[in-house]
Amino acid sequence: MAQTAIELVGVNKWYGTFHVLKDIDLSIQTGEKVVICGPSGSGKSTVVRCINRLEEHQKGTIRVDGVELTNDPKSVATIRSEVGMVFQQFNLFPHLSVLENLTLGPIKARGLSRSEAEQKAMHYLERVHIPDQAKKRPGQLSGGQQQRVAIARSLCMEPKVLLFDEPTSALDPEMISEVLDVMVELADEGMTMVVVTHEMGFARKVADNMVFMDAGEIVEQGPPEEFFGSPRSPRCQKFLSQILQH
Amino acid sequence: MKKWIFLTLPLVLLAGCSSSSTWGWYVINPMTDTGWINIKFLISGMGDTIAISLIAALISILLGLVVALPGLSNKRGWRWVNRIYVEFIRSIPLLPMLFWVFYGLPIIFREMGLNIPIDPFWGAIITLALSDSAFTAEIYRAGIQSIAKGQTEAAQTIGLNYIQTMRYVILPQAIRRILPPLANQFIYIVKMSAFASVIGMQELTRRANELVVTEYRPLEIYTLLIFEYLVLVLIISAGVRWLERRMGADERS
Repeated sequence: MAQTAIELVGVNKWYGTFHVLKDIDLSIQTGEKVVICGPSGSGKSTVVRCINRLEEHQKGTIRVDGVELTNDPKSVATIRSEVGMVFQQFNLFPHLSVLENLTLGPIKARGLSRSEAEQKAMHYLERVHIPDQAKKRPGQLSGGQQQRVAIARSLCMEPKVLLFDEPTSALDPEMISEVLDVMVELADEGMTMVVVTHEMGFARKVADNMVFMDAGEIVEQGPPEEFFGSPRSPRCQKFLSQILQH
Repeated sequence: MKKWIFLTLPLVLLAGCSSSSTWGWYVINPMTDTGWINIKFLISGMGDTIAISLIAALISILLGLVVALPGLSNKRGWRWVNRIYVEFIRSIPLLPMLFWVFYGLPIIFREMGLNIPIDPFWGAIITLALSDSAFTAEIYRAGIQSIAKGQTEAAQTIGLNYIQTMRYVILPQAIRRILPPLANQFIYIVKMSAFASVIGMQELTRRANELVVTEYRPLEIYTLLIFEYLVLVLIISAGVRWLERRMGADERS
């Protein structure tokens, strides 16, 4: 009974003359966890950023929950309300407390009352295991805590899909696992997730589908056992041998 | 403490030189009746100078933001609107603009069938606000651009629209960087308000001129005038420092 949550068909994008995305076809089912990996500059972040229109694609179609992403501000607003995003640099609002970071969207964009929004915020802070930090400013938290706040901020908008753009790349090594743990929990609860990451241990544990990108193309995709066990393309083999060697 | 030395300087000059015949400090000697009347006459221009500067600054702060926003658009047409306004307004010297607004603008209004008289008070305010808005627009643009792009992106992903993103995310962070140069502009406005004297506004400079004409004591009267502006600017500086400290304490994380 799987339903298509996100569908990319023949998506192309150029930065000037530089062809960043070449005929990307990708289909993501509701509840599916997709991990996108590849060397830097391969276009993996751009794919994710196109899905919620932080970047515009120039050719092809992107559909989220059946709604096509066009220049119409309404379609952009509809899709953004269903898609949450977690950034590499967290992008928390430094002038607001943790609680205010979480309630801003629900109050201003969704029209919730302050008390409803705060209740929801505390609920999600508990889910990322830091309810005691609610009154602090982001700058007073560790990187791992900040990223968990960012995840909670996305969850407060109750998205159907969560996008992660290298969520652990800016973290000190000892903080990576606390963020990945939260992501595994989310995955176990059935959240549809698209994750750009180099954390292959995490990928093996949660991914339903592995996507390998290089030079703007999807070179290979498949279930993790197959992907890690017997990668078909030489580019993918080389990439995996480089990142799994240590 | 140093500033008090500067403030008491005219009084020292006044006391030290009152006996000498080449000096004419008696015109502003508060111990004599005429001196006191003269001082009151000069200082009573303070209200208009402050009113003109303050209203012009408020308009400029709003107008500057309205002009700055199209300059931050990713649409080239909007950026052009911003560039043309800023380059054009910035290139006009204050005095010609003042003449244009005070003597020229009413003619345009009349041609359009509008009965809007422009008195010296509002003529000065419109001119100062317009002239200054090109500079405040550039200050806003730089301040907003200094906030990382990720902040806008994060605001978009939690569903905020453009105005909400500016209002709740970008401007509160940018304001700390914008405030010091904005205060500079306010000081600039206070000083430029002296030009209002040429269209007949009875502010500080105009009153000094009028007194010089009747008393023939330019050195003493203009010295007092300079110190009147100094006091005004020092008060503004102190106010801005207080504001900055308050915001600094509030934003510390």
